[in-house]
Amino acid sequence: MKAMTNLLNWVDARFPLSANWKAHLSEYYAPKNFNFWYFFGSLALLVLVLQIITGIFLTMHYKPSAEHAFASVEYIMRDVPWGWLIRYMHSTGASMFFVVVYLHMFRALIYGSYRNPRELIWLFGVAIFLCLMGEAFFGYLLPWGQMSYWGAQVIINLFTSIPFIGPDISLWLRGDYMVSDATLNRFFAFHVIALPLVLLGLVVAHLVALHEVGSSNPDGIEIKETKDKETGIPLDGVPFHPYYTVKDLVGVSVFLIVFAAILFYAPEMGGYFLEANNFIPADPLKTPAHIAPVWYFTPYYSILRAVPPIMNSQFPGVAAMGLSVMIFALIPWLDKSPVRSIRYRGHIYKTWLALFVVSFLILGYLGTEVTTVWGQFSGSWAEILDTKDRATWAARLLTIIYFLFFILMPWYTRIDKTKPVPKRLT
Amino acid sequence: MMMNVMRNLLLSLVLTLPLAVQAAESIHLDKAPINPNNRASLQRGAKIFVNYCLNCHSAAYMRYNRLIEIGLSEEQIKNNLMLAGDKVGNTMTANMAKPDGNAWFGAAPPDLSVEARARGADWLYSYMRGFYKDESRPTGWNNIVFDKVAMPHVLWQLQGVQVLKTESQSEGHSTGATSRLTLQEQGLLSPREYNALVADLVNYMVFMSEPAKRDRLHLGVFVLLFLGLLFVLTYFLKKEFWKDVE
Repeated sequence: MKAMTNLLNWVDARFPLSANWKAHLSEYYAPKNFNFWYFFGSLALLVLVLQIITGIFLTMHYKPSAEHAFASVEYIMRDVPWGWLIRYMHSTGASMFFVVVYLHMFRALIYGSYRNPRELIWLFGVAIFLCLMGEAFFGYLLPWGQMSYWGAQVIINLFTSIPFIGPDISLWLRGDYMVSDATLNRFFAFHVIALPLVLLGLVVAHLVALHEVGSSNPDGIEIKETKDKETGIPLDGVPFHPYYTVKDLVGVSVFLIVFAAILFYAPEMGGYFLEANNFIPADPLKTPAHIAPVWYFTPYYSILRAVPPIMNSQFPGVAAMGLSVMIFALIPWLDKSPVRSIRYRGHIYKTWLALFVVSFLILGYLGTEVTTVWGQFSGSWAEILDTKDRATWAARLLTIIYFLFFILMPWYTRIDKTKPVPKRLT
Repeated sequence: MMMNVMRNLLLSLVLTLPLAVQAAESIHLDKAPINPNNRASLQRGAKIFVNYCLNCHSAAYMRYNRLIEIGLSEEQIKNNLMLAGDKVGNTMTANMAKPDGNAWFGAAPPDLSVEARARGADWLYSYMRGFYKDESRPTGWNNIVFDKVAMPHVLWQLQGVQVLKTESQSEGHSTGATSRLTLQEQGLLSPREYNALVADLVNYMVFMSEPAKRDRLHLGVFVLLFLGLLFVLTYFLKKEFWKDVE
């Protein structure tokens, strides 16, 4: 025991180990009323670690070449000891990362976690989300199946529609005139080193910013405003360690049960986590009849498809899709409500939020399907519309609702009738 | 409180994921009557696969010695399923060269290692029973599941010759033509025997598409039991720590 204390003192004299432990864990005071929605931050961190570790092992056996990529994935699935487990952990982890991150973002929305002084935490978070989308997109090409190939082809071609510089940008991204070995190699580089480095840096920034201002809570009030006069400790705060470390362990257990249930019993998740078409090797000469991105991209893909071409250019759709993701960054400045949490907001905000969530989910569903999924309109008036597909019109309506949630936010958050906010946590 | 957490987690998973329904297929597929635990069926399927399919198709990611997992011994694999001199650790390669396939059928026969995962068992089961005579096709065969398929009906001697009969019908409000396959010429097997043979083949192809599946299903039980225990432990640990807060 004495030896341990001496060792710790030795380290502390050279590196702020105890100081950091205290600042970020044992004396980082978090509000005591975190509920279910507050599990997803730590779970996102868990999945990140899981993806990095499984990714490292996959890299040991995967071959980033157009000729060998598909075969090397099957080699991992069959001949590498426990390879199938590692691969399924990684593929399930990719989808679960988005599940967790979407729920984490939803938490921020309902409790106003992005509000002053936490705007930077939110911005770092949006950057992490973008980075994650890049990771998923680059990683999805690597198995070199039909969906990998044609998905990448479609997405890269979107850049072509940008006026003037578009074609050059796509060529530069692809490294070739079509998705090829060169594309696979650079996507591999982006996936295994470039973006993970950025991602890790952003996660550190996200956490440093969070620990600078302190965590928000379901009541949306500052626990720092009511401190114990003698100790200076927030009265409604508990040290993150051990209280939230043990609580998060419960969340981790439940999450891992769900994760394992999918991994062991439904790794394809009905074609949503691993698509059937991706078990056919990439064939540049055979375009699949129906190309759909993986489920976590489908709301934005729906928005892309919903916007009709203007003057023969797909660019408006591409711009709308880009905007639909980027617009999240503006929320801290769009929300003018005097309260943070949904608990003290009025019906108008709640209605808009519900509309947004419903649009997001239905757009997500429509993005996985062909545009004729809900059939077509008939009759002469259908000819006047530039498309006869019912689902396209539904997607258009939902796209408008999606954007109105953001655009009208300064207005409806201001007029919304709020309830009085308590001084202390409830 | 923990029950709420679990309920919410499940609920949110359900909400976040789009409903797990596949896009409706326009072609009717018959449900493949396969049982991955029926070793005799898997072994029969492996034999059919090696004898018929491997002449043109490869299964280049599948090693012969993986057949040990369906109850065959190394000796049995070597003597019954492999050419003399081949090693049991080899993968299943086609007897026909790829350029030949291109020349003879207009398309190289695809590798079948993961075909069952790409197409699904029901598709394979319907496809192998869906060939019919069509003189307009270069091979003389067409398929009701895969129109204008390049592959001829390899098992025709077993199944016999089917033809596609189109009959117009009007039932209630819906009128339209329905096509149905009828057996014109009896093969070596009765329709029932042939269906069973195709089911064995499909059963094997499903096994071959993911040989680790049995391990996966087996291991999952223990992992889930362990995690269940971990949940109980962490739950009471949390309760103990939070006593003084609540």
